Amino acid sequence: MSVTYADPQTASGKWHAHLRRFFRWLTTPHVFLSLIMLAVMYYMVLLPLYRMLVTTITVNQNDLRAIPGALVGDLTSYHWLRMLIGEIAKIMTYGPLVHSLTISIGATLLALLLGGGMAWLVVRTDIPGKNTIHMLATVPYIMPSWTIAMAWKVLFKTTAVSGGTPGMFQFVTGSPPPIWLSNGAIPIIISSGLHYYTFFFLFVSAALMSIDSSLEEAGDLAGASRTRILRKITFPLVLPAIASGFIMTFSKTMGTFGGPNVLGVPIGYYTLSTMLRSNTGIGNYGDAFVTAIVLILFSMTTIMINQKLIGTRKSYETIGGRGFMAQKMKLRNWRPFFIALITIVQFTIAIVPLVVLIYSTFMLRTGDFSLSNFTLHHWIGQSDLKINNGEPGVLLNPRIWHGAWNSIRLSLWTSFIGGIVGVILGYSIVKGRGTRLSKIVEQLAFIPYVIPGIAFGAVYISMFTKSFFGLPPLYGTFALLVIVSVAKHIPHSSRTGVSAMMQVGKELEEAASIAGATPWQRFKRIIFPLTSPGFVSSFLLNFITTMRELSLIILIVTPATAVLSSMTMRYIENGNEQQANAVIIILIVLVLIGNAIISRFRGGSLKKGLEAHK
Amino acid sequence: MNTSIIIRNLTKKFGDVVAVNDVNLEVEAGSFLTLLGPSGCGKTTLLRCISGLEDPDDGEIIIGEQLVYSRSKGISLQPGQRDLGLVFQNYALWPHMTVYKNITFALEIQKMSKEEMDKRVKESLEEVQMGGYEDRYPREMSGGQQQRIALARMLAYRPSVFLMDEPLSNLDARLRMDMRTELKRLHHDSGATTVYVTHDQVEAMTMSSQIAVMKLGVIQQLDTPDRVYHFPANLFVADFIGNPKVNLLDGFVVAQDVVDAGHFNVPVNTLDKTGEVVIGIRPEDIIISTEPIDGAEEFTAYSVLPSGAETIIVARRGKLEISVKEIGVSKVEMDQKIWLAFNKEAVNLYDKESGNLVNA
Repeated sequence: MSVTYADPQTASGKWHAHLRRFFRWLTTPHVFLSLIMLAVMYYMVLLPLYRMLVTTITVNQNDLRAIPGALVGDLTSYHWLRMLIGEIAKIMTYGPLVHSLTISIGATLLALLLGGGMAWLVVRTDIPGKNTIHMLATVPYIMPSWTIAMAWKVLFKTTAVSGGTPGMFQFVTGSPPPIWLSNGAIPIIISSGLHYYTFFFLFVSAALMSIDSSLEEAGDLAGASRTRILRKITFPLVLPAIASGFIMTFSKTMGTFGGPNVLGVPIGYYTLSTMLRSNTGIGNYGDAFVTAIVLILFSMTTIMINQKLIGTRKSYETIGGRGFMAQKMKLRNWRPFFIALITIVQFTIAIVPLVVLIYSTFMLRTGDFSLSNFTLHHWIGQSDLKINNGEPGVLLNPRIWHGAWNSIRLSLWTSFIGGIVGVILGYSIVKGRGTRLSKIVEQLAFIPYVIPGIAFGAVYISMFTKSFFGLPPLYGTFALLVIVSVAKHIPHSSRTGVSAMMQVGKELEEAASIAGATPWQRFKRIIFPLTSPGFVSSFLLNFITTMRELSLIILIVTPATAVLSSMTMRYIENGNEQQANAVIIILIVLVLIGNAIISRFRGGSLKKGLEAHK
Repeated sequence: MNTSIIIRNLTKKFGDVVAVNDVNLEVEAGSFLTLLGPSGCGKTTLLRCISGLEDPDDGEIIIGEQLVYSRSKGISLQPGQRDLGLVFQNYALWPHMTVYKNITFALEIQKMSKEEMDKRVKESLEEVQMGGYEDRYPREMSGGQQQRIALARMLAYRPSVFLMDEPLSNLDARLRMDMRTELKRLHHDSGATTVYVTHDQVEAMTMSSQIAVMKLGVIQQLDTPDRVYHFPANLFVADFIGNPKVNLLDGFVVAQDVVDAGHFNVPVNTLDKTGEVVIGIRPEDIIISTEPIDGAEEFTAYSVLPSGAETIIVARRGKLEISVKEIGVSKVEMDQKIWLAFNKEAVNLYDKESGNLVNA
């Protein structure tokens, strides 16, 4: 033997052996990386959540007047009592909670109906133009979630709301539309539902396609009727997909800010998200964080109940494999009806909002839809104090250019860092499969998923206003935006990472390790080349979602770090509707360009990225 | 080559399942050892422990002069430091690399010169009769060809130990036969110590110099193929090896050289054993006759199954059923009376309780 070791019989020999075993465990790549990821997620997710909770039960500077005799830093139940049972609880908490739930449930059901129905038509019937339907269905992905709300505003604004200018409906018909049509629950539900139906469409159609038709044929042979097969065989099999769509849509709409801000706030219809914003806006963090925690709890509970109900049925997902439908249902007389229906729906969702928004950017004065009011001022006009508080047209406005640059670099950094995090998470989870460490990492990585966007942003206010761990206070910096966006994307990154790693058989890495390759050589030459297409798709999706993200960052952007999405809100709040709409158009164009560029690499595609999103 | 493998008290658990249970094993330098057993018996886990892909929970492994694993000393060398090669069941060729790149991967890590690498690639491809395939990608080749490339990839860096994990199980029957011939030749020429995992007894019998039959993480018998076949150490090995299966009859020792098998007596070689035993006799060790002969017992042919080179006759007497193998085409017909005599030298006796071999 070339090396001598301490005698294992002696105490020091045993100690050395233990030490060596521990060191070997620690230097196993997946263990080492898991521990790093645990630390990262602790600081990026758990600690901020804890700090937020602490803020709600601590007296801070703003509270001194309201709580006589208290000192800053004392424990207090003031915020919780005030928000949950105080006089203002109804206005500040329960009203907004009911509104948030109404909107989320309404929008989710609408999206389910549209997306699920359309998926069934496309996959299971002889409806023509399937590729076009598929393509149009992904359009909402490139649009910010509040695009339809903005278009709605242009169409149905009413002078019935104080300070309102007429929308196209009123301009054409001459009478102001009722307030229920112009603002509040119904417009928000419709505009969100129309946006989020894509989740259901993609998930359900993928599930339907993966069902082996022999499962249904077996039912057919057993003498079951069409509806019975649909109810007893097909539906249970797509249920997991519906559940995924439900969770995603529900948690997104619970935390959504854009739509409720555009269509709810002007008539005082507050949701938890807009209430949260208005409280943080005036520095009332104690109250704001109570709202955030309520929001988080509600969203978590719903998702957990949903998971429980579906439970083990998740395992259906892999059943079937590549069975292609042998038989498509014939629509016969209903065919023209469904063709018309799908055309109208998709046209309304994908085309109308964009046309309306573009149209509105050419209007000099809001409310006047006649051609004589047409101008290019909002695009290329020089500064004129009489219009838009003197801001020049968006293409000449340095603030817009700055915002666009911020949007682009935020998206690039987020996608890039998110990609790396995904690789590391995927590797450590898959290689450690079956160990407790791997399970903990996987579960921790899921947490940001159940925290609604705006609450997730709120979490970071409490965390980074002070310096910590030698880092300067990050509040107001661009870096904070990147950190928040990366953290919020951790669930998606980890899923992408896991599914990409799963596709690489473990023997491929083992063969390299037998050949003497170091962990880094194995990663560089085997794992990375084989998983990169998955990561390009994920990069693309991260890029697009970050570009049009609003809820997540609205609470933490400052004028210096403003991005295009937050600028549209600022413009619309200031009443500069045309500019807001023009900025949305710019945003969409940038997303399209980004999509076109990134898709060129290694066969990545938006659709692939979305499929991993489940 | 003089690389032996010594395994001492090796144990590997997965949760509560003990995959390898306190295994002791010595693989002689230059031998071809097969780990044989049903799925779940721990043979692949044992192989992976030797390779270093799996970290055992206890014991020691020494390859050649090198202590590669020792729990008590806290040592476990990386697979790449153990000077061994492994052929995987599904070949594990890297799909994004050409054959050339697949083979030179290990050589590049060893920082070999380009000329030397070219030479090694050429040599190893010729050894597996795949010369000229350097620029193919794995997906452009058949399963059998991929198998050969996987072998060439291992041969190219000349490890002193070859490990093979069911390398032929994904090939069709014909190719498998060819590859057995090739593998045996390859081992003969290279002289590398080989540990081969399979559940296929024919593979084990035809290629190995030693067979270790495993069950539930424990080696049941370590012996030459010949002894494993003719003197199975216990009922499990006797039952697992051989096709058609060995005949196992319950019996009772009545004299030094006679066992009462219920309906008749079976003559055996002397033994000290008394009480209940199990008689094991292979179908080909039974003499069959259509006429009454000395020392033979009367049976009825329940079924006759000819397969060209041989015929299996399933004989019955009461509830007793015995398979007999006759070389060539048998004249026996179904329901015909036949007489069976047991070859005394070929009868093995097992302890009824422990199942262990008691003669020999």
